[in-house]
Amino acid sequence: MLGRTARGVFWMARYLERAENTARLLDAGHRMALTRDEAISTEEWRSVVETVGQTQSYQASHGTYTGIQVWNYLLREKNNSQSVLAMVENARTSARSVRTALTREVWEAINESWMNLRDLLGKPVREANLGEVLNAIRRQATLVRGAVEGSMLRNENFNFFRIGTFIERADNTARILDVKYYVLLPSLAWVGSSLDNVQWDSVLRSVSGERAYRWLNAGAMDPRGIAQFMILDQRFPRSLSFSLDKVRSNLAGLAHQYGQETSAHEQVRGLGSRIHHLTIDRIFDDGLHEFLTDFIATNRQVALAIERDYRFYA
Amino acid sequence: MSSKPASYDEMFYPNGAVRPGYAGYCHWYGQQDPSVLRRKSQEAESFFRTTGITFNVYGDNAGEERLIPFDMVPRIITAAEWRKLSRGIEQRVRALNAFLHDIYHRQEIIRSGRLPQRLIASNAAFLAQMVGLKPPGGVYTHIVGIDLVRTGPDEFMVLEDNARTPSGVSYMLENRETMMAMFPELFSRVQVCPVQDYPRRLAASLAACAPPCAGDRPVVAVLTPGIYNSAYFEHAFLADQMGAELVEGNDLRVVDGRVAMRTTQGYQPIDVLYRRVDDEFLDPLTFNPTSILGVPGIMDIYRAGKITIANAPGTGIADDKAIYSFMPEIVEFYTGEKPLLQNVPTWRCSEKDSLAYVLDNLAELVVKEVHGSGGYGMLIGPTSSKKEIAAFAAKLKAKPDNYIAQPTLALSTVPIMTKAGLAPRHVDLRPFVLVSPKGIDITPGGLTRVALKQGSLVVNSSQGGGTKDSWVLED
Repeated sequence: MLGRTARGVFWMARYLERAENTARLLDAGHRMALTRDEAISTEEWRSVVETVGQTQSYQASHGTYTGIQVWNYLLREKNNSQSVLAMVENARTSARSVRTALTREVWEAINESWMNLRDLLGKPVREANLGEVLNAIRRQATLVRGAVEGSMLRNENFNFFRIGTFIERADNTARILDVKYYVLLPSLAWVGSSLDNVQWDSVLRSVSGERAYRWLNAGAMDPRGIAQFMILDQRFPRSLSFSLDKVRSNLAGLAHQYGQETSAHEQVRGLGSRIHHLTIDRIFDDGLHEFLTDFIATNRQVALAIERDYRFYA
Repeated sequence: MSSKPASYDEMFYPNGAVRPGYAGYCHWYGQQDPSVLRRKSQEAESFFRTTGITFNVYGDNAGEERLIPFDMVPRIITAAEWRKLSRGIEQRVRALNAFLHDIYHRQEIIRSGRLPQRLIASNAAFLAQMVGLKPPGGVYTHIVGIDLVRTGPDEFMVLEDNARTPSGVSYMLENRETMMAMFPELFSRVQVCPVQDYPRRLAASLAACAPPCAGDRPVVAVLTPGIYNSAYFEHAFLADQMGAELVEGNDLRVVDGRVAMRTTQGYQPIDVLYRRVDDEFLDPLTFNPTSILGVPGIMDIYRAGKITIANAPGTGIADDKAIYSFMPEIVEFYTGEKPLLQNVPTWRCSEKDSLAYVLDNLAELVVKEVHGSGGYGMLIGPTSSKKEIAAFAAKLKAKPDNYIAQPTLALSTVPIMTKAGLAPRHVDLRPFVLVSPKGIDITPGGLTRVALKQGSLVVNSSQGGGTKDSWVLED
C-alpha cells in the first residue's frame, strides 16, 4: 500500500467523522436554543464554535453568535475552510485520489454524499430545514460507514480508515466534554447540586449518547456520571476509551500484516494503560480540564507518529 | 445534410430496411415502450454521476467534472466485418512498432528514401534520448488506439493512429457495463463478444513486457498526473481493475538502481510503469526540468533496462499527421504486404502542389495541424464561413508544414435516441490494441464516438461528442 494512499484513506475517514460530529454539535445547540432564553442560547452557540476550534476564524467575519449565523458558518460558508461542506468535499477529494483503495460501494457512498450535501448546502440553511440538513449529514456518514463495514477487505486499507475515524472521534469527544464543561457550567459548585438537565442533555446529545446514558443510569443526570460515560465507558462507541481501543486494535492489525510495530504502537499502549487504570474520581481530583488537554495532545502525537511511521508524506 | 453526399447508415438500408447486423437489436427495440427507454436514458446519466465516470474540463471551469453523454443505441459490427478489420489493425500495429524501432535505431526507412528525413529531424515528438535505446521486450507501443471511420459497406479507413497514450478504454468498459445493467435481456437475445476482460488482458500484456530483473509476478503501477487530470477517472479505473497501484510522481523515486514507490513499509521496486503522463513531464532530469509529475532519474533506469515504460517515450512521433500520410508506405516497408486498412486521402501542405490544391479547395476540405489532437485547431471547410476560411488560409500560407488536409468524408451514421425517436448521427470507432512479446491482442469492439448534433462530423468529447456501446457480434 502506498504511503499516500494510507494518508488519503486516513484523512477521508477523519473528514467524514468531523463533518458528522459537527452536525451533532449543531443539533444539540439548536435543541438548546429552542428551550432556553436568548442569553443561554448565545452561550451555547459560542460553545459550539469553540468546540470545533473555530472561534478565531468565526469572529473574523461575525460579530455575534446567533443560531442561523453559526450553523450557516459551520455548515456551508465559503470563507470557512472547515465547514461541513468543505470537509465532505475534502473527504471526496481524498477518496478520489485513493479510488483504487476503496470498493465501488464505498466510493459511490462518498460520491453520493457529496452530491446530496452539495445540493442541500448550496443555499443558506433556514431554521425550517436545519433538521433535515443535519439528519442528511448524519445519514450520509452512516451510509459511508456501512459501505466500509460491509464491503471492504479487512486489510491495511480498512485499518487506516478505522484509525482515522477513531483518532478524530476521540479528539472530538474530548473537545466536546472539555468545552461544554467549562463554558456551560456557570461554576463547578453546580456539581452535585440540582442540575440543569437540559444542558447535560445537550452534552450527551452532541455525542448521540443521551438515550444510552439514560438507559444505563435510570435517567439521573450527574456530571461525574456523564464524564465517566464519555471517557471511560467501554461500551459507548464515542467514548475516549472505546475510540482508543479501536485505534489500538487497528494498529495491531497493521503490525500483524507488516510484521513489526512502530512508535505509534508504543504511544497508544502508553495512553491506553493510563486510561485503563484511571477512575473518574481520580480524573476529577487531578482536574478534568488538565486530563482532557493532555489527552487531546497525546492523541495528536499518535496521529503524527502514524503519519511518520507509515510514510504518509515523501 | 442534403448538400453533402449521402452517408452510409449502419443500421438501415436507404429504403428503410434493417441491415442484418442490427436485426436482433431492432426486433427488440420494436417491442420496447419509448417512454421506458427515455427513463432508462436518464437513469444511465445518474448511474454515471454516482460512479464518478467523468472527465475534467480544462479552461473556464477548471476542475469541473463533466459527463460524456452516453447514447443507448449500440453500434454494431458483424463478426465478418470485425475479422477483416482486426487483420488490418494487427498489420498496422505491427508496422507501427517496427517503424518506431527503426526510427530510433538505423532509420532504414529514411535511408531507403521512403520517408523524408526532415519529418523526423524537425519533429518535437522525436526524442533524441531514445536513439539506440532498447525497451524491454522490444515493444514501443504497448497500448494503441486506431481511430477508424467508415464511408461504405466495406470502406473502413484509418483516420489517425494513437500510439502515444490512447485514452477512452474506460468508457468502452463502462458503456458495456451500463448497457448490461439497463437491458440484461438484450444480451441474451443478441450474442455480443465480451470486452470486460480488457483490464485482465492489459495486466497480462504489461506483465509480459517486464524487464528481466522482474520476479515471477512483475509489479505493475499506473502513473497518473493526479485527480485534476482530465482522464483521472480512467487511470484510477484501470489501476483498480488490474489490481495495480495508482501512483503519482511524488510516490516514486529512484532507490538502489530501480524505480520504487513509497509504500507504508518503505520503498518497493516497480517493474512496469503504465504511465499516463506525457513524455515531457516524465523525467525532470532529462526532459522538462520544472516537471513535478514525473520521476527524477527514471530515464537512467530505463536506459539500464531496469524498468518498462508503457508506452515508450518518443512513440508520439507515430501520431504525427505528417507521418500518418506516409503510413501506406510504412506498412509496406516493414511488413512487405499491401496495407489492409486504407488511410484517408491526405494532402501534405508542405508539398507545393498539394498546398496549392488545398488553398484552392479549402471550402471542401478538412485541414488539421500535424501535431494537433482533440479536434482543436482544425478547419472544417464545408461548415465554415468565408471569413473563417480566409483567416485559416492565412495561417496555412504562413506555416504550410504545420498542416495536412483531407476530403470531408461522408462518415457513416448510426442512429441515436432523440426525443423524436431514432435519428442518424456520424460516428467513428477506436479499437484498443495491446502489444507484448507474446503477440498483438485486439479487444473486440472499442469506443464509438458519436457527434450528437445533427450533421456534425466532430465526435470529440471535448467538443460535445458522446459515446455508444460498441458491439462485435459473435459468429
